[in-house]
Amino acid sequence: MSDRDLPPFQQLLERHSEDVWRTLRAIVGAQAAEDCFQETFLAALRAYPRLRPDSKPRAWLLTIAHNKAIDHLRRTRLQEAEVEVAAEDAPAPEDEIWSAVAALPPRQRAAVALRYIGDLSHREIAAAIGCSEEASRRSLHDGLQTLRRQL
Amino acid sequence: MSDPLERALRAPAPRAHDAARRFADHAAAAGEADLAYTTVASPLGELLLVAGRGGLTQMHYLDEPLDPLLATLARRRSPRIVESASALDPWRRELDEYFSGSRRRFEAPLDWEAMAPFQRAILRATAAIPYGETSTYTGVATAAGRPRAQRAAGNALGANPLAIIVPCHRVLRSGGGFGGYTGGLQRKHFLLELEGAG
Repeated sequence: MSDRDLPPFQQLLERHSEDVWRTLRAIVGAQAAEDCFQETFLAALRAYPRLRPDSKPRAWLLTIAHNKAIDHLRRTRLQEAEVEVAAEDAPAPEDEIWSAVAALPPRQRAAVALRYIGDLSHREIAAAIGCSEEASRRSLHDGLQTLRRQL
Repeated sequence: MSDPLERALRAPAPRAHDAARRFADHAAAAGEADLAYTTVASPLGELLLVAGRGGLTQMHYLDEPLDPLLATLARRRSPRIVESASALDPWRRELDEYFSGSRRRFEAPLDWEAMAPFQRAILRATAAIPYGETSTYTGVATAAGRPRAQRAAGNALGANPLAIIVPCHRVLRSGGGFGGYTGGLQRKHFLLELEGAG
């Protein structure tokens, strides 16, 4: 396959659906993750033929997932409130962690999720969140500090 | 970064698999995907079925690994491909009936538009050969209005993208020879026997 060919979309779906789900679960909670997941992959499928074959599909998908998650938070006016914690997905001993993650401000939550689930670089996180690299570093740092204090 | 936090964030996401399947089924049903595929078991081995908005566009014996076939589809037709068993249900059902002997004609829509004009003419003439009967390369070339193009007709049949459903197995060599078959002569023989044309 030459580097100008996009792989079948199904391949992206299979390889990255778990990480898209995890990212959404961390940002909007398991309850809303399903709708956001469907919206994420639908938007990705529609835009797919225009994706530059040399771009990283994983970072691209997680950026779309982040946008859908933020749209969801705006819609439900939960930006400042806690999101529901994922009972059926999160193992019970970790409920405490999920509550702490859910209590973070959305940008910090997104930065933590994209860094530790998505393995995105600071530059990619900044691009996904739509802020400067420095601001994304700060969000990640603040988020982790809050979590460390609480856990 | 504390370990428990990382573990929680990366905890297994069993629901992602179902969500992905729901997405693919919906994308295929709503026409958001350009192509949908599935694989089905048959008495002649595993088959790959691919459908687009115009109907079934490919059916092959899956003798090769799937991924390179899908990569070729993505390159030649569209990368918007998803796996969806439900999208291929109409053809799978007809195939099951055909192999059990209860179906003699395929009726679910076929995507003729994806074929080049000459191949389309040859394969349409082939599709008109009734169940249990046979024709010849000269016969289908003549029926397609190109009586002298029997060699080209043979090539078009060899590249039949709709094996079994467009019954190229019913085309034999003039003078009684068995002719070739892309899926192998054993399969051609099996199909003719199934149809009682052996």
